[in-house]
Amino acid sequence: MTARMPAGFRERQELMDQPRLSRTLARMAHEILEREPEVTKMVLVGVRTRGVPLARRLAALLAETAGGMPAVGALDITLYRDDLTTVGPQPVMKGTDIPCSIDGRTVVLVDDVLFTGRTVRAALDELIDFGRPARIKLAVLVDRGHRELPIRADFVGRTLTTTRDEIVQVQLSEEDGADRVLLLERTPEPRPARPRRAQRKRPAKGVSKGSVKAKRKTPGKTRRGGR
Amino acid sequence: MSAGFPHKHLLGIEPLEPSHIETILDTAQGLREVLDRPIKKVPALRGKTVVNLFYEASTRTRSSFEVAEKVLSADSLSIATSTSSVQKGETLLDTARNLEAMNPDMIVMRHSASGAPHFLARHCRSAIVNAGDGAHEHPTQALLDALTLRQKKGRLKGLKVAIVGDVLHSRVARSNVWLLTKLGAKVVLSAPPTLMPPGLGALVPTTHSIDEAVEGADAIMMLRIQLERMSGGYFPSLREYHRRFGLTEERVRRAHKDVIIMHPGPMNRGVEIASEVADGPYSVILDQVTNGVAVRMAVLVLLLGGTQETQA
Repeated sequence: MTARMPAGFRERQELMDQPRLSRTLARMAHEILEREPEVTKMVLVGVRTRGVPLARRLAALLAETAGGMPAVGALDITLYRDDLTTVGPQPVMKGTDIPCSIDGRTVVLVDDVLFTGRTVRAALDELIDFGRPARIKLAVLVDRGHRELPIRADFVGRTLTTTRDEIVQVQLSEEDGADRVLLLERTPEPRPARPRRAQRKRPAKGVSKGSVKAKRKTPGKTRRGGR
Repeated sequence: MSAGFPHKHLLGIEPLEPSHIETILDTAQGLREVLDRPIKKVPALRGKTVVNLFYEASTRTRSSFEVAEKVLSADSLSIATSTSSVQKGETLLDTARNLEAMNPDMIVMRHSASGAPHFLARHCRSAIVNAGDGAHEHPTQALLDALTLRQKKGRLKGLKVAIVGDVLHSRVARSNVWLLTKLGAKVVLSAPPTLMPPGLGALVPTTHSIDEAVEGADAIMMLRIQLERMSGGYFPSLREYHRRFGLTEERVRRAHKDVIIMHPGPMNRGVEIASEVADGPYSVILDQVTNGVAVRMAVLVLLLGGTQETQA
C-alpha cells in the first residue's frame, strides 16, 4: 500500500523517520511500565486505524521487558462520533474488537495523533459501554495541540506546535508500507497572472498576501512550528 | 477504500452500482460486532426518527428494522396498517404526508403494490427504504443473503447459486438476481412453468428441474410458496409441489459438498423445504436473520449518517 496524500496538501517536513519512531515507542513502553507494572492486567486498546498497530507494537515492547503480554484490542469510534449525522464524510465501519472484559483493569487507549480531543471523547464513551475499567490512560505518538475538550495524554511520543490547517500524518508499515511521521501543509493556490490594474487592489487583502509570502519564503529558511 | 453510498433512498438493487452494494456489505460486516456487545446500543443515530410503515404482514423484516433502529439509538415508531387510519380509507399519499408533518428522517415501507416506495420517494422529503414492494424488489433481503454468502464462502464472484421455488411472486428472487449477477455470481432459477415469470430468463439461465438447478451449487436459496398471493391453479397440490420442487436431503446431496441452504422465511416446512433440510448442518437460515439486523443497521447509518453529496 502506498502512503496517502490528501488533495491540496504537500509534504513540508519529515518529523520522524523509522529509527526515531521505534526509539519513541520504546521510550513510551518504558514510561507505561514505570507507572503500570502489572502488564498482564492491562488492556491496550488502539483507536482505528493507526492506533491499532501502535497498540500491538507497544504490547510487544512491554512483553519484552515485563515478560507478560498485555491484551490488545481495537476500537472503531465511528458510531460514537459527535459529527456522524452532521458534518464528516460517510462512515466506514471496521468494527470494534475488545478481546476480554475490561472490568477492573487498566486500559491504555492508544492513538496516533492527539488533536482536538474529540476522538478520545468518543473512545472513552465507547469503552465505558464495554464495562467499568479501574482506570483509562491515554498514549499518543504525537500531541499536536489545538484541543477542543479538556483532555490530555498520559504518555506522549512527541509534542509538536502546529497550525490548525496543517496535517500530522503518521505512516506505519502495517498500513502504509513505511514507518514515518510527516507534517503536511496546504499547497499554495496557484496565482493567476493578473493585469496591473487588479494588482493594485492587493494591499487590501493583507492577510492572504502575507500568508502566501510566508509560505514562499519557507524553503531554505528555518521553519517555524515544526519543532 | 470504500466507494461510499451516494443515494438518498434505498428503493431497489437494480439501480445500484456494484461498488455501492459492496459499501453496504462492508459497513454491515463492520457493524455486525455491535450485536455481540454487552451493551447493544451505540449513539450513532441519536435524535433521528424512523417510521416503519408496513402495509403487509411481516415478522422478520419489521422486527429486524426495529432492532437495528434501537441499537443505533434512533427513535422509531411502527405502524401496522391493520390498526391504523388506512382502515378508514386514507390514501397512501395522505398517510405519508401526515406522517411527514411529524418530521421523520426516514420512512421504511412495505407495500403490496410494486413501485409504492418509488411513489413515496417522489412526494416525500424523508429518506425512503423499500422493505418489500409487491413482486418487485426486497433490497435488504438480497443484501443480507449476499452478506451471509460472503461470510460463509468468502466471496460472491464465481459462486453458483440456485434460486428455487415461487419465482413469479418473489421480490426476494428479483432483488437477488440483480445483486448476485452484479457481483459476479452465477445464478440459476428453477420453478414450475406456471411460477416462472417471463423476462427473467433474459438475465440468468432458468430450468424447470430442481435437480438440474442444484447440481454442483455452492448455495441453494429456497423461496416460499406464497399461498396468500395465489389465485389458484399454479400447481395441483402442495404434496405434488413438494415431490417435484421441494428441497429434500437427497437433492441437497446433488449440490457441492459444502453447499449452504438459505431461506428468506417464513418457511412452509414439508412444502418447499423438508424439515430435516431446514434444520440440517448446512442450513444458514438463522445466520441470515442475524445478518438481516446488521444489513439494516448499515442502510440506516449510510442513509442517515454523513453528508456525502447524494443523488436522489
